[in-house]
Amino acid sequence: MFKDLFQKKRKYATIPSERLGSDPLPAEGDRPKREIPEGLMNKCSRCGSIQYSKELEKNLKVCSSCGHHMRLNAMERIRMTVDEGSFIEYDEDLVSVDPLSFPGYASKLEQQKMKSGLREAVVTGEGLVGGFPAVMAVMSFDFFSGSMGSVVGEKITRAIETATEKRLPLVIFSTSGGARMQESILSLMQMAKTSAALARLDEQGGLFISVITDPTTGGVSASFAMLGDIIMAEPGAVFGFAGRIVIEQTIRQKLPDDFQTAEFNLQHGQLDMVVHRKEMRATLSKLLEMHTPKGGV
Amino acid sequence: MAVEMPFEAPLAQLREKIRELEQFGQEKGIDFSEEIARLEERYKELEEEIYSNISPSQKMHLARHHQRPTSLDLIGLIFEDYMELHGDRLFGDDLAVVGGLAKLDGVPVTVLGQQRGKDTKDNIARFFGSAHPEGFRKALRLMRQADKFGRPIITFIDTKGAYPGITAEERGQSEAIARNLLEMAKLRVPVICVVIGEGGSGGALALGVGNRVLMLENAIYSVISPNGAASILWKDASKADQAAEAMKITAQDLLEMEVIEEIVPEPRGGAHRDYEEAAAAIKERLLRHLEELSALHPDELVEDRYRKFRKIGEFEEQRKTAEMPIIDTVTASND
Repeated sequence: MFKDLFQKKRKYATIPSERLGSDPLPAEGDRPKREIPEGLMNKCSRCGSIQYSKELEKNLKVCSSCGHHMRLNAMERIRMTVDEGSFIEYDEDLVSVDPLSFPGYASKLEQQKMKSGLREAVVTGEGLVGGFPAVMAVMSFDFFSGSMGSVVGEKITRAIETATEKRLPLVIFSTSGGARMQESILSLMQMAKTSAALARLDEQGGLFISVITDPTTGGVSASFAMLGDIIMAEPGAVFGFAGRIVIEQTIRQKLPDDFQTAEFNLQHGQLDMVVHRKEMRATLSKLLEMHTPKGGV
Repeated sequence: MAVEMPFEAPLAQLREKIRELEQFGQEKGIDFSEEIARLEERYKELEEEIYSNISPSQKMHLARHHQRPTSLDLIGLIFEDYMELHGDRLFGDDLAVVGGLAKLDGVPVTVLGQQRGKDTKDNIARFFGSAHPEGFRKALRLMRQADKFGRPIITFIDTKGAYPGITAEERGQSEAIARNLLEMAKLRVPVICVVIGEGGSGGALALGVGNRVLMLENAIYSVISPNGAASILWKDASKADQAAEAMKITAQDLLEMEVIEEIVPEPRGGAHRDYEEAAAAIKERLLRHLEELSALHPDELVEDRYRKFRKIGEFEEQRKTAEMPIIDTVTASND
C-alpha cells in the first residue's frame, strides 16, 4: 500500500513546480522572435501570410495567398496605372489651411505630410493609360484617412473642369474615410462643389469612370465616387455611406463579414463590375478606347 | 421635458419669484409694486444678457428642441393649399421626407423637407427625420417634376443625417445622396433652402443645393453631428457640447464663411416659442429671394448656383516662384 502511494506521487512530481498555477506556455510577446530586417518582408493583414516585399510589389501589392488587395499610396497607384513618363501633375501647390482654427488640425496636417510623403489626400493630373489620355484624380488613404477638405474638393473640382474644358475622359480612384471634420461645413460643401462640376461634365457628354478602392465611405462615397458613368471597385474594397460601427450601434446587432464589400455592392446593384488590380489598367484602357471618338485622339 | 432650456433656468426662477411676490402681496394686501417693478427690470436685463449670448452648444440644444417647429408645421403656416405627394416610384414612401405642391402667396411651388416626428410613434414611422434612399429619391422625383413645370423649389432642412442601416446601404444610400447633389446642380428653376433645425451631414445637403441657403437664427449645420464628431475625435459622444463649440456650426459662423446667404431671426428664446412669428419671418425672406431669382433666366439660375458652391473652400496656393519663369519660357517657346 505504501509503495502504491509513493509511485503515484512520483508521477505528479514530474511537473516542474514553478509552472504550476500559471500559464504553462509563454505569452505571445515572450516567444523568441525571428529577426527580419525592416521592409524586407511583408505580412498580409488579412490572411497573415508573409511574403517578400519585392515579390509583393511585382504582384501589385495583392497578397499571393489570399488575393487581398492592399491599400496603395497615390503615387504607387499612378505608377501602376499610367503609362511611364506620361503623368503631368496638376495643382500640386494647393495646401490646406486651418480655416476654423480647429484644435490640433494644423499639427496633424504636418504629421500626415511626413507620414505619406504627399501634400494632400489627392493627387490630380493627366496622363496616358494604354496610350489613351485621361484626366485623373487619385486619392491616398495614408494622408488623413483620405478625408475630403477644401483642398481635396478644390483639386478634384479643377480636375473635373479641366476634363470638361479639354474634352478628356475623367478617371477618379477614390479612397476616403469621408469629409474632413476639422474643416466642418466647408468639407461638407465640397460634396456639392464636386458634384456640381460633374453635372457640367455630364451635360457636355464627358466620360467619367469611378474606381472605388478600399475603403470609401461617407462624403466621398456620397458624392463623386458614386456618380461615375461606369463604377468599378477592387475586390474586397469596402464602400458605403455609413461606417460599419455606426450601423452596428444604431441597429444593435452584428453585421455580416461581407457587408459593404465590393462583392456585396455588386450583388445589390451599386456597381458595374469588380476588377482585379492586375486587370485594372487593361480594363481602363479598353473603356477609354471604346469612348474615343472615331478618327482617334 | 420642459419648454425651458437649462440655460434659461435663471429666467424661469426669477419669473417664479415675481409671481410668488405678486401672489403673496394679494393674499396679505401688501403693496409690493415697487419691488416687482425692480424685479421686472432685472428680468429684462437678464433676458437680454442670456439671449444675446447663446453659445453654439446651447444653439445645438435649441435646434433639437422637441417642440421646435418641424417642416410640416412651417409648411402649413407659410404656404396655402399644400398637397402632399408620395413615393419614389422605385421602392416605397419614406416618411422622413415630405413634399408636394403648394402656393406661396398665390404662386405654385414645390416644397420639400425632412420631417421629424411629433411624438415617439410618429418619430418611429419617420425614422426621426433620417431618410433612407427612397426619401432622397422621392425628393429628386418631386424636384424634377418642379423643373418640368417651371415651379420654384423650396426645401426645409431638418435632419441629424441620412439613416445608417443595412437596407439603406443595400439600396444605395451613397448613390441617392450623390445623385441629388448632381441633379440639383442642373435644376433650371429657382431653389431656396432653409435650415430650420439641425442640418446634419450628407443627408441634409441632399436637399441643400440651392441658389440661396438661409438658416434660422438658432439652427445648426455641420459635416457631422457634434455627437458623432466627439465620438470620433475624443472617443466620447458625450463631449458633443465641446465639439459643437469647435466645429463652427451656427448660422452666424456659416454666414461669415459665406456658406449661407441670410440668417432668419427667431422669436426671442427660439422658434418653438412662437410658430407664427417664425413662419412669418421665413415667408418674408422666401418672397424676397424668390422675386430676385425669378428675374433670372434658367441658364443664369444654373450658373448662379454653380458659382455659389464653386467658391466655397479655404486653401493656400504655394506658388513655387523658382519654377514659374521656367514654365513661362516653355509657353513662350511653344508660341
